[in-house]
Amino acid sequence: MSPELTLVLQLLIGGVAIGGVYALIALGFVLIYKATDVLNLAQGEMLLLGAYVSYGLIAQIGLPVPVAFLITLAFSIVLGITIERVALRPLIGEPAISVIMVTIGLAILLRSIVIGIWGTEYRVYPDVLPKESAQIGPLSVSLEFLWSFGIAMALVALFALAFRYTRVGIAMRAVADDQQAALSMGINVRFVFATSWVIAAIVSSIGGILLASIQGTGILLATLGLKALPVAIVGGLDSIIGAAAGGVIVGVLETLSAGYLDVPLGGGVRDVAPFVFLVLILLVKPYGLFGKERIERV
Amino acid sequence: MSSAIAWRRECGTFHTTYAADMALRPTPLARARIAIVIFAALAFGALAGRYELSIANQVGIAAVGALGLNVLVGFTGQISVAQGAFLGVGAYTSAYLTTRIGVPFWVALPAAGLVTAAVGGIFGIPSLRLKGLYLVIATLAAQVVIEWFMIHLVPVTGGSQGIFGIPAPALGPLVFDTERAYYFLTLAAVALAVLGCANLFRSRAGRAFIAIRDQDVAASVVGVDVFRYKITAFMVSSFIVGAAGALQAHHDLIVSPENFNLAVSIEYLGMVIIGGLGTVSGSLYGAAFIRLLPIALATVARSVPGIALNVNVLKEAAFGVAIIGFLILEPRGIAKVWRDIKDYFRLWPFKY
Repeated sequence: MSPELTLVLQLLIGGVAIGGVYALIALGFVLIYKATDVLNLAQGEMLLLGAYVSYGLIAQIGLPVPVAFLITLAFSIVLGITIERVALRPLIGEPAISVIMVTIGLAILLRSIVIGIWGTEYRVYPDVLPKESAQIGPLSVSLEFLWSFGIAMALVALFALAFRYTRVGIAMRAVADDQQAALSMGINVRFVFATSWVIAAIVSSIGGILLASIQGTGILLATLGLKALPVAIVGGLDSIIGAAAGGVIVGVLETLSAGYLDVPLGGGVRDVAPFVFLVLILLVKPYGLFGKERIERV
Repeated sequence: MSSAIAWRRECGTFHTTYAADMALRPTPLARARIAIVIFAALAFGALAGRYELSIANQVGIAAVGALGLNVLVGFTGQISVAQGAFLGVGAYTSAYLTTRIGVPFWVALPAAGLVTAAVGGIFGIPSLRLKGLYLVIATLAAQVVIEWFMIHLVPVTGGSQGIFGIPAPALGPLVFDTERAYYFLTLAAVALAVLGCANLFRSRAGRAFIAIRDQDVAASVVGVDVFRYKITAFMVSSFIVGAAGALQAHHDLIVSPENFNLAVSIEYLGMVIIGGLGTVSGSLYGAAFIRLLPIALATVARSVPGIALNVNVLKEAAFGVAIIGFLILEPRGIAKVWRDIKDYFRLWPFKY
């Protein structure tokens, strides 16, 4: 293989791997949006909180990893329910700007809670995933990336299936389609709302743990929530498969643009490229690649 | 007797000319109130100390920026998170023109507004096809891209260091280089922006903005050119925001990218939400609230002995709580609270 081709493949693999984690975070956006019509801009901070809580349990209290993991999940459930109850439920029926702003307010609050407890300094996350890297021919792939990609994709598949076939999943789809019709069919809409927030909190906690074990724990993790926005939008805000596809697309785009454009353009292209791509996609397909078009009536 | 009632209330005031009917302040009481506010603002500028004036300047500049954002978000219903970037475009334009080319402030200020209006118009184009949440993301893209240019277009923007040594505005022998002098400049800008916005929403374009906000499909059915007015709203809003950015640049005498990041956009959104979406006065209340909240908190934290809390974290948390609290308890903001108070006293002492 020529060195040129090796580089491209290496970048592609890196992009796909990180894209898996993006897909996982985007899944949180999509789940909440699908069921409750809310764009949750606190996703990144929920991820941050999950990462820090698990960090605190493992590294500071010294619990074994599985126990800490379970407690973190329990914490996410409580967090999801609390957020839905306190902040989102009073805003049902309010305009989109209010709902977006309340999630922004949540984001600020959660972030300040994390900073208040753990401070802003960067911390090394305990080893949860294997650190070695595997060699495939001339390419080297870090095992933790492989693991996180696998876990992320398994979760995406799990939720896609659950949405399609389980009772709760079907109820969520019904609520997403038409709240009033769902209510009149005896679906417990409040329960569906709470469930989708709980699932989103769990998913973002898992995403937080995966990312923290790859990158370490720091406040900057929260900005990844922002990064997952283009992922969710490129795929279409209401499509789970779109989240997976968008994750991989954005991940690859990032590593490729960082690999090829950073030097001529002076750095930082990695953070901008997904957004430029996003706007181009939106101009052609305003509801994302896999999103469902909405027909408006007056 | 009847004149005494007319002085206080709307009922009993009969307008006999169109001009009187169209007046922004239709009752004598409202006119008296605004006269008192203007007098108080001028007296404050003459009497207050340097520290108070510097806070007032920050509030005033923020108020102009918040007004601009409110035109777009509150009146036209197009949610934008690119406010920080647009402020930055205005600030950088004015800074570049005055330091590198030597243009006087009085030319650079409107130029900053025009350049920002052009940039805002361009980034408003996606609003042709995008609505609601998808548009939010498109403006987020605008924020990220413009921020990238601020950091990486070094020959123009000075990179991460920014541009410093920005001259203070001068008018003949009068140099606005003290907080007190600048206060009157800010005050004039706020007055101009308030008057402009208040009148805008009584014009054809302003009515079109509101129609688009309330129901854009219906607006287009009754003959509003939705795309044209959306772009117009983006441009008008950006013009005001750009001017606010220029004001900020010549107040701080330095511009650097971190003053115009996403956090700034969110801060301004907080102002219009807390102040009151779609109200001119609310932009002022919101700007004052957001600028004064951290100062008040710091003062309280200093005066309570034994508080070991990190004040910065406390400020952040308070900002978050304020946004959530207002949205849940009073979604229409301080402007609504103030109107309720006025409504109570309008009828007082009668029940109705």
